[in-house]
Amino acid sequence: MDLITPEIGLFFWQTIVFLVLIFLMAKFAWKPILGAVKNREDSINDALASAENARKEMQNLQADNDKLLKQARAERDAILKEARELKEKVVSEATGEAQEKADKIVAQAQAIIQNEKNAAMADIKNQVAALSIQIAEKVVREELSNKDRQQKLVEDMLADVTLK
Amino acid sequence: MHRNFEATIIKFNRTMIAQKSYKIIVTIALALLPMLVISQEHGEAQESKKKFNATDMIMHHIGDSHGWHFFGEGENSFTLPLPVILYTENGVVSFMSSEFHHDTEGHHVVEKDGMRFVNYHEKIYQLNEGADTVEFDAEHHPVNASRPWDFSVTKNVAAMFLTVVLMLLFFFSLSKHHKKNTHAPKGFNNILETLVLFVRDEIAVPQIGEKKYMKFMPFLLTVFFFIWITNLLGLLPGAANVTGNIAVTVSLGLFTLALILINGNKDFWQHTFWMPGIPTFVKPILMVVEVIGLIIKPVALMIRLFANITAGHIIILSLIGLIFILESTGVAGISVPFALFITILELLVAFLQAFIFTMLSALFIGMAVAEHEHH
Repeated sequence: MDLITPEIGLFFWQTIVFLVLIFLMAKFAWKPILGAVKNREDSINDALASAENARKEMQNLQADNDKLLKQARAERDAILKEARELKEKVVSEATGEAQEKADKIVAQAQAIIQNEKNAAMADIKNQVAALSIQIAEKVVREELSNKDRQQKLVEDMLADVTLK
Repeated sequence: MHRNFEATIIKFNRTMIAQKSYKIIVTIALALLPMLVISQEHGEAQESKKKFNATDMIMHHIGDSHGWHFFGEGENSFTLPLPVILYTENGVVSFMSSEFHHDTEGHHVVEKDGMRFVNYHEKIYQLNEGADTVEFDAEHHPVNASRPWDFSVTKNVAAMFLTVVLMLLFFFSLSKHHKKNTHAPKGFNNILETLVLFVRDEIAVPQIGEKKYMKFMPFLLTVFFFIWITNLLGLLPGAANVTGNIAVTVSLGLFTLALILINGNKDFWQHTFWMPGIPTFVKPILMVVEVIGLIIKPVALMIRLFANITAGHIIILSLIGLIFILESTGVAGISVPFALFITILELLVAFLQAFIFTMLSALFIGMAVAEHEHH
């Protein structure tokens, strides 16, 4: 029965020792330890949360970057297209103008040529006329140097003339 | 995703540390085990010269004593003397237990302040006038002596002090670490911190709740480590059987009861004395049941711890005692490995009982402080 009969002395010591132990441990061990652990856990959680935030921000930044890149690419394409169009326009414009100018020049040249031709023709006509007169003069003079011939000429001419 | 991964790593680390600490404890126990066997064999070998009585031997080993006996017999034994403190009708008397000269049969009389004391089976008796030794009647009541109030620092009290010193050393070191830096501790301190967190996360928070657990952490942590360390020390050779002593467990159980009674809220008392939501004629019956239940809870705690630890010690001692009962060294070939097996099992029981006591204390406290939203 000794085994299951509590001894008052041991009970007394156990109670006192345990009370003192709880007090000492609570004040000098449990409170600082649990406090420090709590702080550490909080700081770990904060760090994790901020890492998560940073990751999200990074993602946002990357998305922004992608967007910017896309925009830049689109802009470049637009500029290139515009440039190409402009070039074509310029080229076609220049070609048209040159054609026009060339046509004009050709037309002018043709006009000049025509004028020159006309003038030359007139000149030739004049010269031919003058030559003809000269020849005619000479022939006439030759013809008139002889009386018979003169007579004959007049007669020929008269013969040609028909009175109307 | 990331956080889950972190949590897994932390958990993994914790289990690793727990495994490590378990390994260390097992190794230490294994290293010390031969000593246990040798010292006990040594002690029993000489007792067996007299008539070997296994019951006396076992009761002697699991009981308390007024000196810390390590080895040897009689006057040649190596015993740490402990103070005997008695509260008699004439005031407090104290002397060292060595003054009994290892006598536990009530023959050696110690005289102090005109009073005469004997140690009979580790109980101190104050002899009446003219008596030389204590005598008992048929009902085992002393006829010529009385028992003074005995507040001696017995072997169990000394072992308790040892646990207290170890706990203060361990946890003040951890606390000191936390005062200096904010990062996690290393080595032994890390093991301690893991255990502290184990009590917090696996016992206190689930049983009591996130809001109120902090108030009970000092008690739960202290009781957990006190029981565990004392259990482990009790497995060492020559050590005291502190947690296997009913006085110790009664005290611990009363702490839990006191916490329930002090912290029980209005809901708790209403549910105990006048359960709502049932027919009135059932209420008094239920009140009786609830009040009995209130007392049975700590009683179950104290008996569970006491019985488990004492039973473990009795099994080991019985196995070793078998050698002397059968008076054959050959039996040692069987009983020593068995005792080794039980000792290793006791390492598990040491933790388990500390865990169960703390867990159930937390559960009972949690029931007393729980907020009921229904009804």
